Amino acid sequence: MCVAVPMKIKKIKNDRGIVEVGGTEREVSFKLLKDVRKGDYVIVHAGFAIQKLDEKEALETLELFKELEQYS
Amino acid sequence: MKYIDEFRNKEAARTIINSIRQESGDKQITFMEVCGTHTMSIARFGIRDVLPEYIRLISGPGCPVCVTPNRYIDYAVALSRREDIIVATFGDMMKVPGSSSNLEKEHIKGNDIRVVGSTLEALHVAKENAEKNVIFLGVGFETTVPTVAASLMQAKSENLPNYFVLSAHKTMPEAMKSLSKGDVNIDIFICPGHVSTVIGTEFYYPLVEDYGIGCVVSGFESLDILQSILMGIKQVVNKNLKVENQYTRAVKPEGNPRAREIIYEVFEPSHAEWRGLGVIPNSGLEIRDDYSSWNAEKQFEVNVEATKEAEGCICGQILQGKKIPTQCKNFGRNCVPDNPIGPCMVSSEGTCAAYFKYKVDY
Repeated sequence: MCVAVPMKIKKIKNDRGIVEVGGTEREVSFKLLKDVRKGDYVIVHAGFAIQKLDEKEALETLELFKELEQYS
Repeated sequence: MKYIDEFRNKEAARTIINSIRQESGDKQITFMEVCGTHTMSIARFGIRDVLPEYIRLISGPGCPVCVTPNRYIDYAVALSRREDIIVATFGDMMKVPGSSSNLEKEHIKGNDIRVVGSTLEALHVAKENAEKNVIFLGVGFETTVPTVAASLMQAKSENLPNYFVLSAHKTMPEAMKSLSKGDVNIDIFICPGHVSTVIGTEFYYPLVEDYGIGCVVSGFESLDILQSILMGIKQVVNKNLKVENQYTRAVKPEGNPRAREIIYEVFEPSHAEWRGLGVIPNSGLEIRDDYSSWNAEKQFEVNVEATKEAEGCICGQILQGKKIPTQCKNFGRNCVPDNPIGPCMVSSEGTCAAYFKYKVDY
């Protein structure tokens, strides 16, 4: 039931909008989120965006992987 | 694809696997995941195959369809037999066996059952079929519940008279506590990533403090899971159990407060029956009285058949981590995804379905 991939917001108007991943677009509701805008990545579940992806945190996690490689 | 491919990098995976081998020594450590999407990711990425044999990964009750007891399916089947009712459901529910039938069989017989991808679609079905009563089957954990709550708020605000929800919603923390008290030895919980986007991380602290089980909230890509396992191993080896968040890009300590507000506007905590785990206090959500006009349980009386469990199915024990699918005599023989005996083989998030699809052999 979970779609565990982050999708990018292409269009947003009030609490409805279009998100996209790998060329696939989908209409979703933004009723469960505050402060999202076009270009943000969101986690989508059953037709609703349930959380905004924190791009800074994503990059920090990727940095951690790189650090591990350096010490190995 | 951005934020996906980078989290599946092979070089980084090799490095983490080496660290896992170095850190763990030869200590036996058992992890339990309690999210169906984790169950599938672990099987799909072949995570078990790259871990030392003394690191055990067992699956818990993370598949919402699987933990739904037979009586609920029987109730939905009975509702679908009424001429005035359209049942709307997520596709996962269609093949789940009830005591003597299932929704797919009822659909073939001609009962009006619609598969929807969201509650918004279910609301649409209600608006398009004003002469019928549309009942959405509310099955799912904290990730799904706000989407169902939002649909009920919309139905109320629009005064929609023919949309209803039959709720079997469940919440994770009390179920995890119940497992912690049980006789399955768990060192580390891999905490459910998307449930945690909603509930945050604070609910996991009692598992560490009261039950001595470490917690790592994890993402769903291969590197996420491997890193979470490494974090858990370090907790055990260093005797420093805690709540850690690997999935910081999606999970905030406070979760999603707006989603929780919407949940508790419509639902209130209740006892809930879990397949395999029995009745767990405060582990369910029932529709508040303010919304009883849209509560299918309050609005429709049907005769529900006496519950009968499938013979020889060990789904209940699998959901508690007491057994694995390959220990079941039905698994892969007379119980396969196209012809399942129990719910763990039906759902795309079920442990048996994951073992079958990805040929997991332990």
